[in-house]
Amino acid sequence: MSQREFFRQMPGQGGASLSPGLAERLHLDAPLLASLLMLMLGGLTVLYSAGGESMELVVRQCIRFGAGLAAMFVLAQFPPRSYRFWAPVIYTIGLILLVLVLVAGTEAKGAQRWLSIPGLGRFQPSEVMKLAVPAMVAWFFSERTLPPKLLDVIGALILLGLPAMLIGLQPDLGTAILIAASGLVVLFMAGLSWRLIAVAVIVVVTAAPLMYFFVMHDYQRNRVDTFLNPEADPRGTGWNIIQSKTAIGSGGIDGKGWLDGTQSRLDFLPESSTDFILAVLSEEFGLVGVCILLIMYLVIVGRGFFISWQAQDTFSRLLGSSLIMTFFIYVFVNMGMVTGLLPVVGVPLPLVSYGGTSIVTLLASFGMLMSIQTHRRLISY
Amino acid sequence: MKNRVRKTRQPNLRTRWRFVLGFWAVCACLLVVRAVDLQVVQHDFLAHQGDIRNLRVEPLAAHRGVIRDRAGRPLAVSTPVVTLWANPREALAHQDAWQRLGNNAVISQKEFAKKVRRHESREFVYLERGLAPEAAKKVLDLNVPGIHSLTEYRRYYPAGEVSSHVVGFTNIDDEGQEGTELAMDAALEGHSGRKKVVRDLLGRVIQDIEVLEPAEPGEDVTLSIDLRLQYLAYRELLAAVQQHKAKGGSAVVVDVRTGEVLAMVNQPAYNPNNRGNMDTASLRNRAVTDLFEPGSTMKPFTVAAALEMGMVTPSTTINTHPGTLRVGTKTIRDHRDYGIIDITTVLTKSSNVGTSKLALAMEQQALPDYLERFGFGQATGIAFPGESDGLLPLRSKWRDVERAALSYGYGLSVSAVQLAQAYAVIANDGIKVPLTLKKVNGTPQGEQVIGKETARQLVQMLETVVSLQGTARRAQVPGYQVAGKTGTVHKVVAGGYADDNYIGLFAGLAPATDPRIVTVVVIDDPRGKAYYGGLVAAPAFSNIMSGVLRTLHVPPDRPEGLLAGTPEAEDRS
Repeated sequence: MSQREFFRQMPGQGGASLSPGLAERLHLDAPLLASLLMLMLGGLTVLYSAGGESMELVVRQCIRFGAGLAAMFVLAQFPPRSYRFWAPVIYTIGLILLVLVLVAGTEAKGAQRWLSIPGLGRFQPSEVMKLAVPAMVAWFFSERTLPPKLLDVIGALILLGLPAMLIGLQPDLGTAILIAASGLVVLFMAGLSWRLIAVAVIVVVTAAPLMYFFVMHDYQRNRVDTFLNPEADPRGTGWNIIQSKTAIGSGGIDGKGWLDGTQSRLDFLPESSTDFILAVLSEEFGLVGVCILLIMYLVIVGRGFFISWQAQDTFSRLLGSSLIMTFFIYVFVNMGMVTGLLPVVGVPLPLVSYGGTSIVTLLASFGMLMSIQTHRRLISY
Repeated sequence: MKNRVRKTRQPNLRTRWRFVLGFWAVCACLLVVRAVDLQVVQHDFLAHQGDIRNLRVEPLAAHRGVIRDRAGRPLAVSTPVVTLWANPREALAHQDAWQRLGNNAVISQKEFAKKVRRHESREFVYLERGLAPEAAKKVLDLNVPGIHSLTEYRRYYPAGEVSSHVVGFTNIDDEGQEGTELAMDAALEGHSGRKKVVRDLLGRVIQDIEVLEPAEPGEDVTLSIDLRLQYLAYRELLAAVQQHKAKGGSAVVVDVRTGEVLAMVNQPAYNPNNRGNMDTASLRNRAVTDLFEPGSTMKPFTVAAALEMGMVTPSTTINTHPGTLRVGTKTIRDHRDYGIIDITTVLTKSSNVGTSKLALAMEQQALPDYLERFGFGQATGIAFPGESDGLLPLRSKWRDVERAALSYGYGLSVSAVQLAQAYAVIANDGIKVPLTLKKVNGTPQGEQVIGKETARQLVQMLETVVSLQGTARRAQVPGYQVAGKTGTVHKVVAGGYADDNYIGLFAGLAPATDPRIVTVVVIDDPRGKAYYGGLVAAPAFSNIMSGVLRTLHVPPDRPEGLLAGTPEAEDRS
C-alpha cells in the first residue's frame, strides 16, 4: 500500500470529500442497502396480494426483515478478519449441531431439520452452515498458495462435503446442494484448474442417473419425474408447476394488476405466498414485473460482485464471491423452478417469499458483504 | 510482494470473474426468454387454461311452479333451503377449528369429525341437506374451514297427507316422482338458466360475472281439487277405514257438470313432507290405479241399456222367483226370493236374478257396448301417472253365464274414478264429460251417451236404493235426496274368489232432483263385523256428501230431513 493511500484511509484525515458518510461509519454499504430495501418493499407488496390481502402476513414478514436487518447490521460491524478467526469454530459447532439434528431433531414434513433448544425455540443448524461453509472453505484457502494443489482441493471437498452430506441425510437435498455449491464456488474462485472442473462435470453427469435410482428418496425422485413431465400427474405432483405456469402465462406482458390475479388468489396456486410467489408477481405484474424484479436482483448481485472484486484479501474475496454467487443461485433456482425450467426443489425467492429463517441468513450474508466493503480501507496487509 | 501476488493471480482471477459474469448473463437471459415464452408466446393458451380453471358456467335454479287447489290454496310450494357440505381435505387441515361446532344442533363436533374422517380422501360430502336458512347460517357463522353451503329448493306440501296421492312429491333433486308432480313435471319444473361465475379451487363462487340465460320459473298448476272437500273426504274415509279395520279405501268426489275431481283420497296415505319410513303400499293412488270388480254398482248400467233399447220401462215387472237362476252350469242367487218385482225394485233390492234375465234378453254385444259408452275399459282422461284402463273383455261370442255375470258386475274390473265417471253420466242427463284433475273454466263439451230421459229415470230408480226399503238407507243425507247403489264383491285372490275378503262399495249422486255431485267410496277388505257396501261404504258416503253439499252451498231439495220409520230390508248389496 502506498503512503498516500495509507493516509487517505486514516480516519479523520483528508478533505471533506474523503470523509466517510453516515452509512460508511455504520459500516453499511449504501447502494447495497438501498437496493435490498427496495426489493424487500416490492416483495411485501406482492406478499400482501399473495397472502389474500392479509396484513398479518405482511407484519410477520416485516418482523423477520427487522431481525434480518439487525443481523446484517451486527455482522457488518465485525471486520472480515474476525470472520476468518471464528470460521473454524462456528463451522465445528455447526457440524456438531447437524449431527444432533439427526439424533435428536424435531421432525416436520417427513424430515428432521429442526433443533429444539429449551427456552430459545427451534432453529435450523443448516442455516448457520449456509454462512459457515463458505467462510470455512475461504479460511482454508486463505492459508494456502493458490491455485490450490490437488490435496488442498480434496481437503476443501471434505470441508464442504461433510455438512452437505449431514443435511442431505435429514433429508433436505435442496439445502445440501446449495451449501455444497457455496463451497464449490469458493473452490472455483480459488482457481480450481479447468481440467479438474471438466472431470467433475463428467462425474456429476454420469452419477446423476445413479443418484436418481439408488440414492434419492421417493419424493425427490417424484420431483424429478414431475419436472420432466408435469402433465403425467396433473392433479398430484404436477399440479404446482402446471398451476404456476398457468398463472405466469395468464399474466401476459403487463399483468392483470395488483390484487387482480385470479389463479394465485383463488387458491389454484399452491404455496403462493412462499416458494411460488413469483407466479403471483408474474400474473399480476406481467413480463414487465418479472423483468423489473430480475433487474433488481442483478443490481444487488452486481454490487456484491463489485464488493468481492474490490476485496483486498483472499479470504474476503473468496467469501464475498461465494455469498453473492449463492444468492444468485437462489434467485435462479427459484425462478427456474417456478417457470418450469428446473425441478421443484423448495427454494424460496430471496427476500420476497414469505417466511423461513432464510431471510435472516440472507440478510446476515449481506452484512458480511458490507463488512468486506466497509472495512476495506482499514485493513493493513 | 503485493505486486507480485497480483501479477501471478490477477489474470486467472479475471477469467474466473468473466466466467461468473457470463454465467449470470446466461442465467438471466434464460429466465427472460422463459418469461417471454410463457407470458407472450404461450399467453393465450395459458390464459385460456386459467379461465377454464376458474370460470364456470353454473345453473341458475328455476323456481318450481306452485300446485294449488281450485281456490288457489297452496298444495305444493318450493322454499329456498340451504345445504351444508364439507370438504374433508380442507377440514382435516384445520382440526383445531372443529371445537367451535361444539354441541351444535345441526351438526355437532362429534358428527362432523365422524363424517369428515370417513370421507377423508374426498373433496365433497354432504353434511345436511335442505336446512332452513337461519339454521344453516348459525353453522356457517362459526367459520369452520371446510364447511360450505349451497342454495337449493325444497318442496313443502302444506296439506301433507291429505293431498298426498293427488299432489305426489319430488325427489331431493326437485324432480317429480309421483302424482301431479310427476304428471305435470314438464310444466312445473321450469327452465334453469345459466350464469358465468368465478370460482376458487374449492368451488366457492367468488364473483358472478354475467347471466347467460335467465332462469324461467315453472308454471303454477291449479288443480280441480277443493282442499276443503279434500280434508273432509280424507277425514271421513280414514274414520271408515279405521272403524271397519279395512286394509285400504278410496273416495272420489266429482262435479258432474264439469267432470272436475273435487276430492280424491285414499287410505293408507303418506306424509309427503317426511317420507322417511314410508310404506310403498301407501304410495298408490288407489282410486286410479287399483281395479276391482264393481259388483252390484254395475246394475244401473245394465238397466240403463235395457231402458235405452226400449226393452223395459221402470215399472215393467220381471219374475225373479225362486230367487235363483240356473245359467249353464252356474246358479245365480239373490239374497232371498223377491218374487215378481218391477225394474225399479230390481235395483232397490239389488236382484242378481233380475239383471241377469235382462242381460240374457239382450243381443250378445249390446251390454258390453253400453258399458263401453259409459267409459268402462278406458282411461278416464285425468292423465294420472299409473292410471289403469280397467278391464272390459272384448269377445266376439259371449257365453250366457258371462253375460249374466256382467249384468251384476262380475267379469270386468274398474277403478274408482271410472265408476265415478259412469255415475256422473247418469247424474248429468246422460252426457259424458271427461274427468279431469285440472280446474276447468266454463262447461266442457260432453258426449251424449244415453238419453236424457233414461238418465232421469235411472236417478229416480236409484233414489229408492237409499229409501227404507233399499240396501243403503245409511247413505241418506239430511236435507238432500240421494240416489246411488251399493256393491259388495268378493275379492279376487289367486285361484278364484276369496270366501271372506270383500270390497264394500257405494256410488251415488246428489241432489237427485238436480244432480251436482257424484261420490264413490271404496272400502277394501273390511275386517270388522260388517262388510256390506251398505254398511261400510254408505255411511262414509253420507258423511262426505253431506259435507260437500253444504260446503258448496247446494240448495237442499228435501227439507223434511231424514226418512223416518223401520227399514224393511237389511242393509245388503
